[in-house]
Amino acid sequence: MLAFINSLPGAVAQGLIWGLMAIGVYITYKVLDIADLTVDGSICTGAVVFSVALIAGVPAPVAMIFAFLAGVAAGFVTGIFHTLLGIPAILSGILTQLILWSVNLKVLGKANVAIPSRTFSVIITQLNIPVSLLVLAGFTAVIALVLYWFFGTELGCSIRATGNNQNMSRAQGINTSFIKVLGLMLSNGIVALSGALLCQYQGFTDINMGRGAIVIGLAAVIIGGAIVSKLSRNFLVQLLSCSIGGIVYYVVYQLVIALGFDTDLLKMLSAVVVAVFLSIPYFKKTYFSKVKLNKNAENDDVELKENDETIAEEVKENE
Amino acid sequence: MSDINDIVSSAEVSRDAAALVLDGVTKVFNPGTINEKIALSDLSLTIRDGEFVTVIGGNGAGKSTMLNAIAGVFKPDGGKIIIGGVDVTKRSEYKRAKYLGRVFQDPLLGTASNMMIEENLAIAYRRGKPRGLKWGLTKKDRELFREQLAYFDLGLENRLSAKVGLLSGGQRQAITLIMATLNKPKLLLLDEHTAALDPKTAKKVLSLTDKIVEENNLTTLMITHNMSDAIKHGNRLIMMNEGRIVYDVKGEEKKNLTVKDLLEKFENSSIELSDKMLLS
Ligand SMILES: Nc1ncnc2c1ncn2[C@@H]1O[C@H](COP(=O)(O)OP(=O)(O)O)[C@@H](O)[C@H]1O
Ligand SMILES: [Mg+2]
Repeated sequence: MLAFINSLPGAVAQGLIWGLMAIGVYITYKVLDIADLTVDGSICTGAVVFSVALIAGVPAPVAMIFAFLAGVAAGFVTGIFHTLLGIPAILSGILTQLILWSVNLKVLGKANVAIPSRTFSVIITQLNIPVSLLVLAGFTAVIALVLYWFFGTELGCSIRATGNNQNMSRAQGINTSFIKVLGLMLSNGIVALSGALLCQYQGFTDINMGRGAIVIGLAAVIIGGAIVSKLSRNFLVQLLSCSIGGIVYYVVYQLVIALGFDTDLLKMLSAVVVAVFLSIPYFKKTYFSKVKLNKNAENDDVELKENDETIAEEVKENE
Repeated sequence: MSDINDIVSSAEVSRDAAALVLDGVTKVFNPGTINEKIALSDLSLTIRDGEFVTVIGGNGAGKSTMLNAIAGVFKPDGGKIIIGGVDVTKRSEYKRAKYLGRVFQDPLLGTASNMMIEENLAIAYRRGKPRGLKWGLTKKDRELFREQLAYFDLGLENRLSAKVGLLSGGQRQAITLIMATLNKPKLLLLDEHTAALDPKTAKKVLSLTDKIVEENNLTTLMITHNMSDAIKHGNRLIMMNEGRIVYDVKGEEKKNLTVKDLLEKFENSSIELSDKMLLS
């Protein structure tokens, strides 16, 4: 139990790092309605580019900008695959992920590189968790605020519209292909940034560090979303919920370890948890919805009429 | 057959004043397969500024295909599309949007359901303008939207921040209509925009359509499956069959039309066409 409590600050720090990654996933998965698997590669790319730059003598903050730009480039590649070449989004992400695996290995030069905080001046390290927590919290707040602003601009609004209804967006003059590429670039830039933070925190970069990242990111998005869904629909709250989800994920992770669970099985457990959560909306719709009772679930008219009725009720209530 | 000849010659009249010129537009779906379908067959049509054209025709006549070709959902296989004097044949859908207001048959298609009413309107308000890092929804916008909604008496002026997904089909079509015309379009395209609504709501949305078209003096192309609506609304009526226009009437002649006349025309045109097929 003591071991678990001692591990909590570290879990929160990791949760914040992965929360940032989850904010990137949120942009594609929730805002743009694209399941983007590029992130498994781009989180590692962020770490690789950061580490190589740092070792070459670039100051950590500048190296982080490089990492961000590398992630942006990765998102661009996926975006081009998807929009210009017409490859389904999932496959586009997988292709880029594979490309990145080779690129990461070439850039890093070997499978594993240490960037110990004793040798390099990094902005966070697990050897100083309190300071790391402050830095990470500040970082998350700044990114969330910038995104909150951005998604309120004309350009940001067109990203939300495109994710919501492409037909409407095009009819309103939005270049949906460009918007998707832009969203993928932004998302992967942030994911790469979280990779740069992760390698600083753990003191090394490993070529395999992104494996299954998408599942952790989705888990954080889903858990966080479930926690704040009743509280607020505000976009800033939604963004920060990703970090809350990340923290919960890592606290539970530590708890599971403390309970003596076989850590080899943790990825499987994460995947199962994500699968369960992802299937909830479908289950609700298929087995518990009112529409089903009309034996007419496919019929839009029915849904609309139902909607009319609920509106009518709502209006009555208001009067 | 004289109808068709009239149309062909009218396509040559005063192109400059035309809001829309379709010049020999052809669209073939699934070419070279057993599912090949000539949806538009050398279709020519000129619409002058200020005309409100209602479009009727049987299922599969090519009405939606014509509107989609104008809107750039796909490129035609042949012919030219000129909107307000600008040849847009090769322009993509989003680039043509600045000339066009569109409302679709499916109320879900025209609005973003997860976004607020005011956000939907704000996106529409910026149609045809570059979208940058300026605030996407200003106080001034909001005032304008509130005014518009109040003016059209939809009971939505105090629900600007409601998610569009909460609205009924009729309300969504009304919002889509306002979105389509907030920025005056060169041409308003309505594809059976009341077909998914119950009769009472359909009537309301139609009278809203009339009001908006009249007040903004909009050039309009409205597809409808309802012949009496097609007669009652607008100042010109065209009938389509097998991807071409088989009847085109305006002015007094249109005003005096009856549903019976239309049904006759309808039958004649299909007979004529099948005769022609037999002969060829
Ligand atoms: N995307 C498509 N792919 C294949 N065939 C299509 C497509 N869209 C329309 N069609 C066919 O083209 C013909 C005209 O369709 P449409 O323009 O939708 O008719 P309507 O006059 O009823 O609106 C129909 O036979 C239809 O099946
Ligand atoms: Mg149709």
